[in-house]
Amino acid sequence: MNYLQAFITGGILCAIGQFLIDKTKLTPARILVTYVVAGVFLHLFGIYQPIVDWGGAGATVPLTGFGYSLAKGVEKAVAEQGFIGIFTGGLTATAGGIAAVILFAVVASILTKPKEK
Amino acid sequence: MRMNPADYKAYADSFSPPSKLWRNMLFAFVIGGGICVLGELLLTLFSTLGFEKDECATLNCISLIFLSALLTAFHLYDNIAKHAGAGTLVPITGFANAVVAPAIEFRPEGMVLGVGAKIFSIAGPVITYGIIASILAGLCYYLGGLL
Amino acid sequence: MKTLSFDGQRPCILQTASSVGKKEGEGNLTPFYDNIFQDAYLGEKSWEKAESKLLKTNLKTLLEKANESPENIDIVFGGDLLNQCISSNYGLLDFHIPFLGLYGACSTFVEGMILAAMAVHGNYAQKAIALTSSHFCSSERQFRFPLEYGGQRTPTSQWTVTGSGAALIAKGGEIEITHATIGRIIDYGISDINNMGAAMAPAAIETIRRHFQDRNLPNDYFDLVVTGDLGSVGKQITQQQLKNYGLDLEDRYIDCGDKIFDKEKQDAHAGGSGCGCCASVFSGWLYYLLRTGKCRRILLTATGALMSPTSSFQGESIPGIAHCISIERKTDNQ
Repeated sequence: MNYLQAFITGGILCAIGQFLIDKTKLTPARILVTYVVAGVFLHLFGIYQPIVDWGGAGATVPLTGFGYSLAKGVEKAVAEQGFIGIFTGGLTATAGGIAAVILFAVVASILTKPKEK
Repeated sequence: MRMNPADYKAYADSFSPPSKLWRNMLFAFVIGGGICVLGELLLTLFSTLGFEKDECATLNCISLIFLSALLTAFHLYDNIAKHAGAGTLVPITGFANAVVAPAIEFRPEGMVLGVGAKIFSIAGPVITYGIIASILAGLCYYLGGLL
Repeated sequence: MKTLSFDGQRPCILQTASSVGKKEGEGNLTPFYDNIFQDAYLGEKSWEKAESKLLKTNLKTLLEKANESPENIDIVFGGDLLNQCISSNYGLLDFHIPFLGLYGACSTFVEGMILAAMAVHGNYAQKAIALTSSHFCSSERQFRFPLEYGGQRTPTSQWTVTGSGAALIAKGGEIEITHATIGRIIDYGISDINNMGAAMAPAAIETIRRHFQDRNLPNDYFDLVVTGDLGSVGKQITQQQLKNYGLDLEDRYIDCGDKIFDKEKQDAHAGGSGCGCCASVFSGWLYYLLRTGKCRRILLTATGALMSPTSSFQGESIPGIAHCISIERKTDNQ
């Protein structure tokens, strides 16, 4: 059941993205920015947590989930450290992903080269 | 031509083949949903291995990023994305692809000014505005806590 | 400026050479290319070097076919799409032929042919060459996205042709350049870089109309009226608008971008584009039609979309330009 819920939640978030690409001519980069920022504010207003509770990875894997992690991290850091947490919370919570992506990208750039389509 | 720009745009659009919206949305749904199911599987796996809930989330994120980097390096991600559209763009794998692709592409310009500088040329805005939004959210939490 | 007329002893196209990449080689015009490169890198380390080599090899092929040595060539007019025309600069380095670099985006090939024809007709050069190239991979990284980036192309987007075309122009041949119309920059406000055909079509319409008007030609004067790289969208606009002006070309109008790829089998969306598109199609297939007498008169119109990554990011619209030349078999036009 968990898997079906993840499939539906993730699928809907992606289908909305596709609708935005085809209908609004928003560039992919703008859509990604919109998703992350939306994730942050949806968590701030308490809307995203129920979606995560129901959809699991279906809600955390899309980029709204990245925004959700940023917001959750900052929420926790502010509760624990006060003012300084405003600055440290977001990056701390997402550090694993950002570090991983930088590492894999640099390794990939050394090991491979682009290929024509 | 006796036409103003607004009229010309509408006129030109009438010749544009329509993008197959429903087909595209279905593909995005299935492939994007599929990536999330994979994420859910990984979460279960890490949790069975005895990791804490937060650790599972981070490991899941790193695993998917690794997978995406691997597919990108083997020239497969762009071919899947051609059909999946937002299905491979919106998940964290799309973010990873947007970082790995310029890193590979700009390697000939050197490790520093090529790879190093261009690595976030597509995905940079996501981090920039994600952090800005998180700072605003943090400010709200902080001020909310003072009340 | 009115349409130029090369009266008296006319400049002629003595020889052409056409080289393309794998995808183009698998398209509709396979038998007409001199070289088809299966390796997109052409054995080089970067896409820019690959494009230079493509251009260089094509020029070498032209010289071999024409049985000329570089010392006998007075001037090359050429260019490409990369910043500061680096493909042409590096590609021509070894030949030591005097060179004037051009940038007219995808209109560069005809721009070069017009200038070569002017130089030859005015006796400033005995033998001149027009030469251009484009490469899908080097263009993608300069104008769009890294190759491995998973983006989806819109249906109106065009595919930059990996190809190079070259034409040797001198007096005393069969296939003459009789007239040329130099285009004006025209902008109808299209700003979507994935819809360049629509951005360039108004320029093509204006230049083709002007050519017919200035020479007072009947609609069926040319066997073929050819545009460079408008693709399927721009082609339909051009055909319909010309018809609205009373210039109905019926099935005598074709577009190189629309023609070069197999629309059913190849994933090229609205068709080919780039300096190499019109250049390789003309230097291969169209020149063959002229040479064998299958076509007696062709109006070749190359269209260029004059944007840069900077102007697109700043949201500016895409200005278009189109130049055309009338190419006719000598025996027929007395």
